[in-house]
Amino acid sequence: MSEEKNAFRRRGGKRGHGGPGAGMMPGEKAKDFKGTMKTLAGYLKPYKFRLAAVFVFAVASTVFTIISPAVLGEATDKVVEGLMGGSMDFRGLGIILLVLLGMYGLSLFFGVAQGWIMADVSQKIIYTLRDRMSVKTDRLPLKYFDSKTHGEIQSRMINDIETVNQTLSVSLTQIITSIVTIVGILVMMVRISLIMTLIAVLVLPVSMGLIRLIVSKSQKHFKNQQKYLGYVNGHVEEMYTGHDIIKAFNREEESEKTFEEYNDRLCESAWKSQFISGVMMPLTGFIGNLAYVAVCLLGGYLAINGKISIGNIQAFIQYVRSFNQPISQVANVASQLQSTAAAAERVFEFIEEEEEEDLDREPETVLDPRRVKGEVSFEHVRFGYNEEENVIKDFSFTAHCGQKIAIVGPTGAGKTTMVKLLMRFYELKGGRITIDGHNIKELSRENLRSLFSMVLQDTWLNNGTIRENIRYGRKNASDEEVEKAAAAAHIDHFIKTQPKGYDMEINEEATNISQGQKQLLTIARAFLADAPILILDEATSSVDTRTEQQIQQAMTALMKGRTSFIIAHRLSTIKNADHILVMNHGDIIEQGDHESLLAQNGFYTSLYNSQFAK
Amino acid sequence: MKYVLRYYRPYCPYIILILLLLFGQAMCELALPGYMSDIINNGIVATDMEYIKRTGIIMAGVSAAAVVCSAGGSFFAARVSAKSSRDVRKALFEKVTSFSAAELEEFSTASLITRSTNDVQMVQQATVMILRLACFAPIMGIGAVIRALETSLSLSWTIGLALLVILCIMAVSFFLILPKFQVLQKKLDRLNLIMKERLTGILVIRAFTTEKEEERNFDTANRELTKINMFVNRAMSFMMPALMFVMNAVSVLIIWAGAHLIESRELMIGDMLAYLQYAMHVIMSFLFITMIFIMIPRAAVSAQRIGRVLQVESSVNDPENPVNPGEPEGLVEFEKVSFAYPDAQEKTIDGVSFTAEPGKTTAVIGGTGAGKSTLIGLIPRFYDVTEGRILIDGRDIREISQHRLREMIGYIPQKGMLFSGTIGSNLRYGKEDATDEELREAAETAQAMEFIEEKEHGFEEEVSQGGTNVSGGQKQRLSIARALVKRPKIYIFDDSFSALDFKTDKALREALGKKVGDSTIIIVAQRINTILDADQILVMEEGRLVGKGTHMQLMEDCSVYREIALSQLSEEELERGRS
Repeated sequence: MSEEKNAFRRRGGKRGHGGPGAGMMPGEKAKDFKGTMKTLAGYLKPYKFRLAAVFVFAVASTVFTIISPAVLGEATDKVVEGLMGGSMDFRGLGIILLVLLGMYGLSLFFGVAQGWIMADVSQKIIYTLRDRMSVKTDRLPLKYFDSKTHGEIQSRMINDIETVNQTLSVSLTQIITSIVTIVGILVMMVRISLIMTLIAVLVLPVSMGLIRLIVSKSQKHFKNQQKYLGYVNGHVEEMYTGHDIIKAFNREEESEKTFEEYNDRLCESAWKSQFISGVMMPLTGFIGNLAYVAVCLLGGYLAINGKISIGNIQAFIQYVRSFNQPISQVANVASQLQSTAAAAERVFEFIEEEEEEDLDREPETVLDPRRVKGEVSFEHVRFGYNEEENVIKDFSFTAHCGQKIAIVGPTGAGKTTMVKLLMRFYELKGGRITIDGHNIKELSRENLRSLFSMVLQDTWLNNGTIRENIRYGRKNASDEEVEKAAAAAHIDHFIKTQPKGYDMEINEEATNISQGQKQLLTIARAFLADAPILILDEATSSVDTRTEQQIQQAMTALMKGRTSFIIAHRLSTIKNADHILVMNHGDIIEQGDHESLLAQNGFYTSLYNSQFAK
Repeated sequence: MKYVLRYYRPYCPYIILILLLLFGQAMCELALPGYMSDIINNGIVATDMEYIKRTGIIMAGVSAAAVVCSAGGSFFAARVSAKSSRDVRKALFEKVTSFSAAELEEFSTASLITRSTNDVQMVQQATVMILRLACFAPIMGIGAVIRALETSLSLSWTIGLALLVILCIMAVSFFLILPKFQVLQKKLDRLNLIMKERLTGILVIRAFTTEKEEERNFDTANRELTKINMFVNRAMSFMMPALMFVMNAVSVLIIWAGAHLIESRELMIGDMLAYLQYAMHVIMSFLFITMIFIMIPRAAVSAQRIGRVLQVESSVNDPENPVNPGEPEGLVEFEKVSFAYPDAQEKTIDGVSFTAEPGKTTAVIGGTGAGKSTLIGLIPRFYDVTEGRILIDGRDIREISQHRLREMIGYIPQKGMLFSGTIGSNLRYGKEDATDEELREAAETAQAMEFIEEKEHGFEEEVSQGGTNVSGGQKQRLSIARALVKRPKIYIFDDSFSALDFKTDKALREALGKKVGDSTIIIVAQRINTILDADQILVMEEGRLVGKGTHMQLMEDCSVYREIALSQLSEEELERGRS
C-alpha cells in the first residue's frame, strides 16, 4: 500500500486551527503588499479626521503612560527625602501624587476615547467591505462561480474580513502606541542615566537573538504539528464517513494502526512545539531579569555615589520592565500586517473581479411578459465554458410558441447548458438567441428572466416560511395568489396540514420537508411566476410513488400553453415532446422528434435502447 | 467528565512534579523584590557597595532558578497535555470504530468527527493552560499575599480595595460583555448562512431576479453584526485601560499610605517598593484566575462531549464463544425480523421474513424511508435485530464473530465511497494480497476497466481523500469492483446502480450475472428496470414487507409495486420488459 506516499498529498490542518503558538507559524504573504495596502488606505480615507483624532489620542494616552513612572519616582524621592531629612513633606508628596493620579486619569480618558472612535471607524469599514462583496456577488458572471468553491468565497467573506477587522481594530493603534512607547521610554531612560540605558538596551539584541534562535528551531515542530493534525483529522473524517465499509471489509485493525501512527507523531510534535512556545516566555523573562539585576547593581552603585536617586532607580526599573512589550508587539504587528495584506488582497480581488457584460446599460427593448408569445430561436450559436474549447459549435433551431422541447443525454452531457444560455447566465461566443424576434442581448437581464418560469432539479429553498418561498416566484403576489399557485401544484393540502400552514418555517438545511414536497414547492413557485416560457428539469431522485405522481401531474399542468424546455429523464416526456435535442459531451449531436431520431439509428437510438430494451 | 479525567490518571506523578516546579518558580520570583528591598534598605541607604554586589549575584542566581523551574514546568506540562490528549483521541477513535451503525447515527458522523478532532484539541489546549496558568496563578497569588502581609500588614487594605474594584469591573464585563459574544457568534452564523444560501441558490435567485431582496436581507444581517461588533469592541477598548488605571491608582495609594508609615518608622523605604511589586503580582494573578474561570467552562463542555461518546457501548458485540463455520454456502434467511432504534416509538423494520438463495438474485424495492437500507444492513450486523433472527446457512449470525461474518459478505454501499490511496489500494481493500490479474478481472466485470485505462497511471492513479478526483459513477463502479475482488458468497448492493447511466447499468448487471452467478445477490434498487429480471422482488413500505415475488407476479397482485412501476415506466415499456 502506498499510504506513506499519499499521506503527503493530503491537506494540512484547516484554516483557523490556531492553537498555542499559532503566531509563530510562518504567515502567508500577499502577492502585492503595497498595492493592497494602498487600496486599504483608500477605504480609510473618508475617515481621515477621525483617524487623525485617533492618532492624537493614542499618542497622548501613551505619553502620559510614559511620563508617569518618572513622576512616581519623584514621589519616591520625596519619601526618601523625608526619611533622610526626618520630616515628611506630605503636602508636596500629596501634590505629586495628585498630579500622577490626574495623569493616569488622562491616559485612561484618551485611551478609551481612541478605542471608541477606532471601533466606529473599523466597523464602518468592515461593514462597507461586506456590503461591497454582497453587491458584487450579484454582479459577477456565473462563470466566476464555476471556478471557485462556495467555501472559498465564504471564507473570504467571513475569515478574511475578520482578519482585516482584527488589524483595523487592534493592530493599527498598536503600531502607533508601540512606536511612541519605544521612543518615549528611550528618551526617559537616557534622561535618568545614559550608562544604565546602554546596559538595558544591550540586553535587547541578546533576547531578540535568543527568540529568533528558538523560533527557527521550533518552526519544524510547528509545521509537523499542523501536518500531523491534518493527517489525524483527515483520517478521522475518512474513517468515520466510511464506517460501514471499514466494518464490511474487516479493516478496523488497519485503520486503528494507521491512526495510532499519526496520533503518536502528532503527540511528539505537539509536545515539542508546546514546550518551545511555553519556554519562550520564561527565557526572555530571565534575560529581562538579568537586566533588572544589572540595573539594580549599577543603580545601587550610582545611588551610593549620589549620582542617582532611589526614585529614579525605581522609575528606571519600571521602564526596563515595560520596554520589552512594545518591541515584541511591533514584531507581531509586522507579521500580522503580512497576513492581513494577504486576506485583504483576497477580499479586494473579489470586489474588483470583472463583472457581467453591460449590466448597467439601458436596454434597447423591453418585453412585456404578458404579451410575449414565446417563440425562441437559436441562430448559429457557439459557446464554450472556457476560452480554448467550444462545446456548442454551430447550433440553430427554432421553438415555436407552445411547443415542448426535450433535452436528453447521458449524465454529464451538459444538458443544463442550453438553459443557462437561454436565460443569459453565460455569454455566447457567437450567433444569437432571440425571443419573439428580439435578440436577448437587447433586453435587460431582469426583463429577460421575467419571461421564464423555472423548476430545477436542485430544489433550492431558503430559510423562511413556505409562503415566502412560494412568493419567491413573484414578489408582489397576494396571499390568495400564493395559495392558488400551491393548489395548482398539488401541495396546498400538504401545506395546510402542517403545524403552522403557510407560515411554517423551513429550517436551515431544509430538512423538515421531504424532497418530493420541495419539488412541489418549486413548481408552485413557477406557477406563481406565470411566465410565457418554462424551463423544467425532471427529477431523477426517487420520491415515494404518490408524490411522484403529483409532481408529474403538476408539471403537465404547468407546461400547458407555454413554450417549454424540459431536461427529460422520463420516456413519456420524450415521446410527447415536439422536438428533442440530444446532447453528449456538451454538444448537441442530434435533433428531431422521437420517430425521426429513432430512424437515424444513431446515438439517440442506442441511448433509448440501453434504457428499456432487455 | 470523569470519562475524560480517567485518562489523566497515569500522569498524576508528573502533575505533582509540575505543581512542585511551579511552586519553586513562584517562590523564586517572589524572592526578587525582597532582595531589591534589601539592596535599598541595607545597601543604598547604608552605602554598602559590597552588600549590593553580593545581593545582586544572589538575585541573578534566584532568577536563574526561576527559569529552570519554569522551563521544567513547561516541559512536563507540554508532555502531559500532549500525551493525555493522545490517549483520549486514541480511546475515542477506537470507541467509534467499535460502534455499530445505530450508535453512529445517534451521534451523527459529523458530530463524532468534531468530537474526535476539535473537542480533543480544545481539551489539549485547556490542559496546558490549566497546568501552567491555572495552577500557577493561585500559587503566585497566595505567595504574593503572604509576602505582602509579611512586609506590611497595615498596607494590606490597599490590595483588598484594588481587588474589590477589579472584581466589580470583571463582574460587570462578565454579565455585560460575555453574553454579547454569544450574540456576536450567532449574528456571524446568520450572515454566513445567508451568504451560503445566496451562493447555492444563485441560479434561482438570478432566474427570479430577486437579487435586490437578497442584498437587503444580507444588509440587515450585516448591520446587526456591525452594531454588536461595535459594542464589543468598545467595551473591550474600555476594559484594558480601566484595569491599567486601577493598578496605577493602587501604586499611588500605596506610596501615599506607605509614606505615612515610613514617617512613623513602621516601614522601610525598600519594603514599600517591594510591596508595590507584590501588589502587582497579586492583581495579575487575580486577573489570570478570573480569565481561567471564563476558559474552563468552554473546555469542560468539550470534555463532556467527548465523555458522552466514551461512555456509550456498542450495541453489536461478538459472542463469547463464536462458532467457526466452514466454507459458507450463502443461504440467507430472515425469520420475523424486526428492528427499532433505541428509544424509537415505531419499528423501522417490522416482522420481515424471506429467504435469499445462492445463485439467485433478491431485489428490494420501495419508497424513500421504507427501510430498505436498514433491512440489508442487518445482514453484516451494522445493526442487530431487535426481534426475530437472521440465519446464514442455518446459523444465527450472532453466533459467528463479526470478523468471520463480514468475510462472507461483499457489501457495496449507496454512495461510492473511496479512501485516499490509489485505485489499486482501494480495490485491494477486501483482499490485500489480490494479484493484478484479480484486480483487472473485477474491474472488467464492474465496467471500470475502460476509465481506469484512460487514467494516466492506471491502477496506480492516486485517489484523494473522499475520492474527489473520481466521478460519482466511477466511484460506484470501483466500489463494486472492490467487493468483487473479495470473492464473497453473499453480495449486498445497497442501491449501488443509481449513479450509473442506463447503458452501464445494464452492461454491468450482465457481466455480474456471468461472474458471480453462484453467489447470493441482494440488491436494493430505486429504478425498476434494474430489477425487472430478479428471481425474487421484496416490496417494502413503512418497514413492512408488502409484496414478494417476481415482477410478473407483483404486477398482478401488489398495488404498491404496480404504482412504483407505473410511475417509472409506461404500460408499453412494462410490456417490453415482459417480453
